[in-house]
Amino acid sequence: MNLTLKIWRQVDANDKGKMVDYKIAEISGSMSFLEMMDVLNEQLVNAGEQPVAFDHDCREGICGMCSMYINGEAHGPDRGVTTCQLHMRMFKDGDTITIEPFRAASFPVIKDLVVDRSAFDRIQHAGGYISVNTSGNTQDANSIPISKHAADEAMDAATCIGCGACVASCKNSSAMLFVGAKVSQYALLPQGQVEAADRVKNMVAQMDLEGFGNCTNTGACEVECPKGISLDNIARMNRELMKASV
Amino acid sequence: MALDSKVPQGPLKEKWTEYKNHINLVNPANKRHIDVIVVGTGLAGGSAAATLAELGYNVKAFAYQDSPRRAHSIAAQGGINAAKNYQGDGDSTYRLFYDTVKGGDYRSRESNVYRLAEVSANIIDQCVAQGVPFARDYGGLLDNRSFGGVLVSRTFYAKGQTGQQLLLGAYSAMNRQIARGKIEMFNRHEMLDVVVVDGKARGIIARNLVTGEIERHSAHAVVIASGGYGNVYFLSTNAMGSNVTAGWKVHKKGAYFANPCYTQIHPTCIPRSGDYQSKLTLMSESLRNDGRIWVPKHLKDVEAIKAGTLKPMQLKEEDRDYYLERRYPAFGNLVPRDVASRAAKERCDAGYGVNATGEAVYLDFAASFVRYGTEQAKIHNIVNPSEAKIKELGQEIVRAKYGNLFQMYEKIVDENPYETPMMIYPAVHYTMGGVWVDYNLMTTIPGCYAIGEANFSDHGANRLGASALMQGLADGYFVLPYTIGDYLADDIRTGKISTDTPEFEAAEKEVSERIQFFVNNKGTHSVDYYHKKLGKIMWDKCGMSRNAEGLKTAIEDISALRKDFWENVIVPGNDHEYNEQLAKAGRVADFLELGELFAKDALVREESAGGHFREEYQTPDGEAKRIKEFQFVSAWEYKGEPKDAVLHKEALVYENIEVKERSYK
Repeated sequence: MNLTLKIWRQVDANDKGKMVDYKIAEISGSMSFLEMMDVLNEQLVNAGEQPVAFDHDCREGICGMCSMYINGEAHGPDRGVTTCQLHMRMFKDGDTITIEPFRAASFPVIKDLVVDRSAFDRIQHAGGYISVNTSGNTQDANSIPISKHAADEAMDAATCIGCGACVASCKNSSAMLFVGAKVSQYALLPQGQVEAADRVKNMVAQMDLEGFGNCTNTGACEVECPKGISLDNIARMNRELMKASV
Repeated sequence: MALDSKVPQGPLKEKWTEYKNHINLVNPANKRHIDVIVVGTGLAGGSAAATLAELGYNVKAFAYQDSPRRAHSIAAQGGINAAKNYQGDGDSTYRLFYDTVKGGDYRSRESNVYRLAEVSANIIDQCVAQGVPFARDYGGLLDNRSFGGVLVSRTFYAKGQTGQQLLLGAYSAMNRQIARGKIEMFNRHEMLDVVVVDGKARGIIARNLVTGEIERHSAHAVVIASGGYGNVYFLSTNAMGSNVTAGWKVHKKGAYFANPCYTQIHPTCIPRSGDYQSKLTLMSESLRNDGRIWVPKHLKDVEAIKAGTLKPMQLKEEDRDYYLERRYPAFGNLVPRDVASRAAKERCDAGYGVNATGEAVYLDFAASFVRYGTEQAKIHNIVNPSEAKIKELGQEIVRAKYGNLFQMYEKIVDENPYETPMMIYPAVHYTMGGVWVDYNLMTTIPGCYAIGEANFSDHGANRLGASALMQGLADGYFVLPYTIGDYLADDIRTGKISTDTPEFEAAEKEVSERIQFFVNNKGTHSVDYYHKKLGKIMWDKCGMSRNAEGLKTAIEDISALRKDFWENVIVPGNDHEYNEQLAKAGRVADFLELGELFAKDALVREESAGGHFREEYQTPDGEAKRIKEFQFVSAWEYKGEPKDAVLHKEALVYENIEVKERSYK
């Protein structure tokens, strides 16, 4: 298929940035979206132009590095996938595709489609862990039975890949799905109880400090989340915060 | 320099305990004055950084990604082995040790593997304490599954995302230390050289990938945890950024590089679909617990399937060749990876491949739907369930176990694997070879360590499934934090290492000159052009089977390609900005050197062992034929061009295991 790409180009954080049009031909439906971008970049390099910078690494939907806001949706039109798993069969010949970075005040653009998501790391530093040292003397793993239901639910929350699609999709640039997922993982497990109150307070405080917005229950984050993280996690985080604050 | 593996004396079972009891320790007050650099934040690097920081050392950790959580350990799917014997099926430390040495085709170091098996149980305890949500059964206890090359169920898992959950566990441990200021994290930084001062590793030169700035970082020890070099093949299951650069730089500064030719070609990956393909996707080995591998028995059926006139589900049982079950009745679909891969290649080479390229076999779950569905019907007391009901119930169980893998397959291939068998083909996945290390995990440069996939020590010529996660975390959580203390005990009075020395100056100059060359060389071909060419040589000549003639050609071809690269490569943009092409140019330059050493190592090794299959050395029924004279580790010393590398041999002695013909029949 032949396509027109409208891509956000921005030299660095200080540049104003603009949309630039590119034509691309002979794209196969079995290509992934990033392979299509590779083809474009190879064309640009061979023509002596600057390739489009974009984040990517594992290309199998798990590292959370790839981003891109495609035709107005984080990770594009398909559901339950990251951009690297999006395939060109979702588009048709003659389409125009708009490609922008994940936009949020807390995710400043580094270059073109690459954004700085270190705010997510800083929220994790604030409490996204259980304080246990490596010793080899922790108790036997089976000495803490955990109901299958709780373990499965904790696993569903822990599936978050930290890509930031929730923030990019939210009209308030809220990070509550991301933070709620981590708070929930530990809140559902007995190991997480000891520090539960401090954890939720500290992580939420850091989230606010980073400038992420609040949740107004629109649910766009859940729809666009490539890992299907449920809104229930936000509710659980609010409950945990309430519990910790009274 | 003679190789000294520094394996402690004494009986195998007591080596590690006795050794730990007698090594030097650094007292907590002194640890505060000692710095350690860790390059890479995957399972090995992340767990090492966190543990060293907990102990009190000042850690500087480096990752080329934007966060430690992105390291490619995250993509490991199936599970992690541990000799817990929770299933009561006869597992033990010895058995895990034995399986690993045998699985590695008797080419790994006995003492290291035993230690690995010994600490494996601690890993599970540690991860559970960290809140890693492993799969559990209805009684609330941990569940296990089985992997290739073993006869017990010792693999712990978190759906098909075990690597993700373990890495996030290590990441959380790192976060705790970053918050305390004990780990200084350098994201989007790439190590471009190691700095050796008075014969000891004392720092690195790194490049900030956002600003392009070249930085000097000093420390009392440097730990390389940068993963494997599978991307030398261009197409592999590795992440796009995975590279050999850190390992190769230390090699060039004096660290021996061991067994470069030992590569794991994983049997169950999604077949390639076209020339534009940028990477290959693994389908977890755990699927072989429930999937059966087959190709049609008759070539006419292969043709009909390719022509689209026959669907695989329509083929009768008696017209299918379950070739693994046929050839290896004892292990069946759960033979080790090297055996399964070669068997798939053998069938496809004989013309039985089922897709357009002729490079695919089926992985079929229909039988497990029936097996699980029947059991579920009984559990739920459904009398006389219909076939459709059984299938539905069975699919639910399979979905719970591998749902994310099935979804991933469907998104890539556009076929529903619940309704039609998956198509799979082997792909490059893991490298058992790596930087040579002694029992302490120290390289031949004092103070420079290599852990996880970056080193060579534990998997011999073939790694068993679910053992990479085990090794990464064993090295980082439980081995290195002890052994490094023994070395650092001599450094308590050294004080801060200055970066303002001729050694740092020279290393930085070398790095800068290379970068300047790339941005100023107005060549004609992109970096990817060379990477793809290198990958093709590697796959064709150093792939699943190798022969002397092909390897000799590969050495010449890679050497010529490298020369071409240094004349005609083009890197757009400049050196003081975010420039992915520039970063990649440096990585491919190193792959072009490693690739040649790889072929040279494969040529020298005149035997077949595990993932290294030389066509000249096979048994009458086509199995790998080991040769007694090659029971050694090849450790290569850098001498300039790869062709000048000097071979050192570390003899492998097996005192606790009888070296036998490896059989899975």
